[in-house]
Amino acid sequence: MVNVFKRLLGRIFKNLFKKKKHLKIGLYGPPNAGKSTLANRICKDWLGEEMSAVSNIPHETREIEIKEQINLQNDGKELSFSLVDTPGIATKIDYEDFIKKGLKKKEAKQRAKEATKGVIDAIKWLDDMDVVIVILDSTQDPYSQVNITIVGNLQARDIPVLLVGNKVDLKRSNLKKIEAAFPQYDIVGISAQYGNNIDKFYDALISTANA
Amino acid sequence: MLTIQYVPHSEFLNLDSTSKIKKILGLVKEEKIVMVEGKLKKTEEAELIQRTMEIIDQKFKGIEIASIDPQETNAFKKFLFNMLLGDRTGVTLIGPASVVKSIKKDPNKIQLFTKTGGSKKNKRKTKKKK
Repeated sequence: MVNVFKRLLGRIFKNLFKKKKHLKIGLYGPPNAGKSTLANRICKDWLGEEMSAVSNIPHETREIEIKEQINLQNDGKELSFSLVDTPGIATKIDYEDFIKKGLKKKEAKQRAKEATKGVIDAIKWLDDMDVVIVILDSTQDPYSQVNITIVGNLQARDIPVLLVGNKVDLKRSNLKKIEAAFPQYDIVGISAQYGNNIDKFYDALISTANA
Repeated sequence: MLTIQYVPHSEFLNLDSTSKIKKILGLVKEEKIVMVEGKLKKTEEAELIQRTMEIIDQKFKGIEIASIDPQETNAFKKFLFNMLLGDRTGVTLIGPASVVKSIKKDPNKIQLFTKTGGSKKNKRKTKKKK
């Protein structure tokens, strides 16, 4: 009961000042879900430049990256925010996996070390976010505990969430599975790489941020 | 040899989150698969991931974790279960990544696959049906 009251009070307080402040929108998800590809798509669309490096090797983003002052306009609605691209959250990191992807042993060990720090930082930054876009790879199993932990922590912190199923351009993509795993959310299916459904994504982002 | 250790809810009753996580990680580092009665709080799961990342080295590669909850669609019953049992409902499996290959989960079951020297023939499987 006390928690419900606290949340209600927090929401009222948040809404009172929402219009005045500049939002911080975070990109969260497991490694290789397409967070940085989406960050680049957003930055290219609204700033004309890319934001993060992307790679097929997991944990390419190992530090928090921020792009300030993005002004998004879609269908007559506007949203001004800073975009925070975060390292992928994982429960295990094995440097030998990076060697299998073609890295040398020394590079692989360094990448693993940086990746573990990146995961810790990403979780620490959760509290600083006003809105979070959770990006899931729609070709992968959505029931992984990392996905559930991320979404659960956002719910616990009362942070608005937009759930995105990425890679819908691929044959193995299965948005229905994500919808079944997270029935309380409207899932937006996109291809961050090719821009499929990106207008719908921008519309949903504005709605989530203004809710 | 594969060891599964069951941790009843009573063992966690008087522990704060940090002690709970320390206990779980202590067991996992002994290469045991831990089966916890009930589920961790979402904030505890996040803390468990953070603490895991802090201790990853060349030997300890991290963890695999999954929890499963009874599916109760009736909102009143769900509320009642949560009020009476709290985090005691369901079960959580946590194992070292060096032993557990993956834990697959759907709403009604958890399947835990262990690594056995890369041989598919010898792959062990533990299934829990609700």
